[in-house]
Amino acid sequence: MIQERIEAANKKVMEIILNGQPTLLDIGIAEEVILGMNKKTILHAGPPIKWEKMSGPLKGAVIGALIYEGLAVDEKEATELAASGEISYDPCHHHNTVGPMAGVVSASMPVWILQNKKYANYSYCTLNEGLGKVLRYGAYSDEVIKRLKWIENLLAPLLKQALKLHGPIDLKTMITQALQMGDEGHNRNRAGTSLLIRELAPYIIQTKFSEKEKIEVLKFIDSNDHFFLNLTMPACKCTMDAAKNIEFSTIVTVMARNGTEFGIRVSGLGDRWFTGPAGIVDGLLFPGYTAEDANPDIGDSVIAETAGIGGFAMAAAPAIVQFVGGTAKDAVNLTLKMYEITAAENNIFKIPALDFRGTPTGIDIRKVVETGILPSINTGIAHKDPGVGQVGAGLVKPPMNCFEDALQAFVEDLETKNLV
Amino acid sequence: MTKINELFQEELKIINIGLESFNENLKKQNIKTVQVDWKPPAGGNKKMLSLLDKLK
Repeated sequence: MIQERIEAANKKVMEIILNGQPTLLDIGIAEEVILGMNKKTILHAGPPIKWEKMSGPLKGAVIGALIYEGLAVDEKEATELAASGEISYDPCHHHNTVGPMAGVVSASMPVWILQNKKYANYSYCTLNEGLGKVLRYGAYSDEVIKRLKWIENLLAPLLKQALKLHGPIDLKTMITQALQMGDEGHNRNRAGTSLLIRELAPYIIQTKFSEKEKIEVLKFIDSNDHFFLNLTMPACKCTMDAAKNIEFSTIVTVMARNGTEFGIRVSGLGDRWFTGPAGIVDGLLFPGYTAEDANPDIGDSVIAETAGIGGFAMAAAPAIVQFVGGTAKDAVNLTLKMYEITAAENNIFKIPALDFRGTPTGIDIRKVVETGILPSINTGIAHKDPGVGQVGAGLVKPPMNCFEDALQAFVEDLETKNLV
Repeated sequence: MTKINELFQEELKIINIGLESFNENLKKQNIKTVQVDWKPPAGGNKKMLSLLDKLK
């Protein structure tokens, strides 16, 4: 009896996920478009966390954001303000938002505005800053702040104008194409970024900005393979948000990490978080760094795996093993394993190497607990100290207790309703 | 000769479920084996098994 209710609820959730139509609409300023933000709000990746519990890269990104906002002049002042209780910290996920790595969003930051056209809900994400020393990895030096200001003053206004000339962009189709071209949508975004440039370039040229500025913007996007990540993430977010709060569903709608804890949310369990310690990423470190330098798992980018791409679509991206380690065969096996813990095969995201089989989509907490197979996540590695940046990339798994605790809560809910 | 003895006169092709050391020992004797990637449901965790049973 209860099993039938769960299956019906999961079927509904999967229909919502598979029918999602993530669409890029516009660029806005965080405080003006994200509900519940003000000058002293800092959004961050992962489940809720207090300043004192934050890991190095998240603290670094908060320090950088406070300097960027003009609320502090230097690291010392920013650290004092961050710990003063004056700043309100909240997960991006509580505001229809996602952020890679530290995931810090502050009031003045420009954000992509997406809408799931099928269900009319919105999502938001900052614009990707590029590689090297960047805020999302906890760096906050002058060059980082200067780049954030450049994004605010040139990149975002120019792209906003280009988007207005172009009109909305169907991101689901673009992600589908990127998967056919060797991306998995989380740690490899070379094809997606290329497709975006191809789509926007004719409109960037038509904007009212100077030739020099247009060249600067095109070069910036071209220099950063991950530029498209900040679009796949909110695309997955607005897809998954439409499927939340469906009674009796055991499908995971959020996975996220704040560098200290890993957290999940389940459709049938409302807005509750189920958390455990963030894992250490197993992967390849850049020259000069050792495992000692790595921070535990961090970022909202695991929304990709939650929606059936990223690590779950590894078989589509054999080239990625050069970045995260392992062999091309490992990439295929990893995707195959994820079919064991998911509810459906994606109707749109297809994997050429698996005869165009749909990606494994919709993690079912019952299957994770029963099989003992944890979701495989493709991710970057941040240095544990604030201000350093990315030190590598690899694979990581969530702690099992998140799924066990969610299962227990799910059964307890049913018990209080006398349904089991 | 019983059926079981007949079996052991033939070339053995073995599917091993469970302890991988059994599989390794057979491999050392050049016997064709396949190891099944299997674990007991919920890794044998009784509390989790009971929760899963309640949902069936």
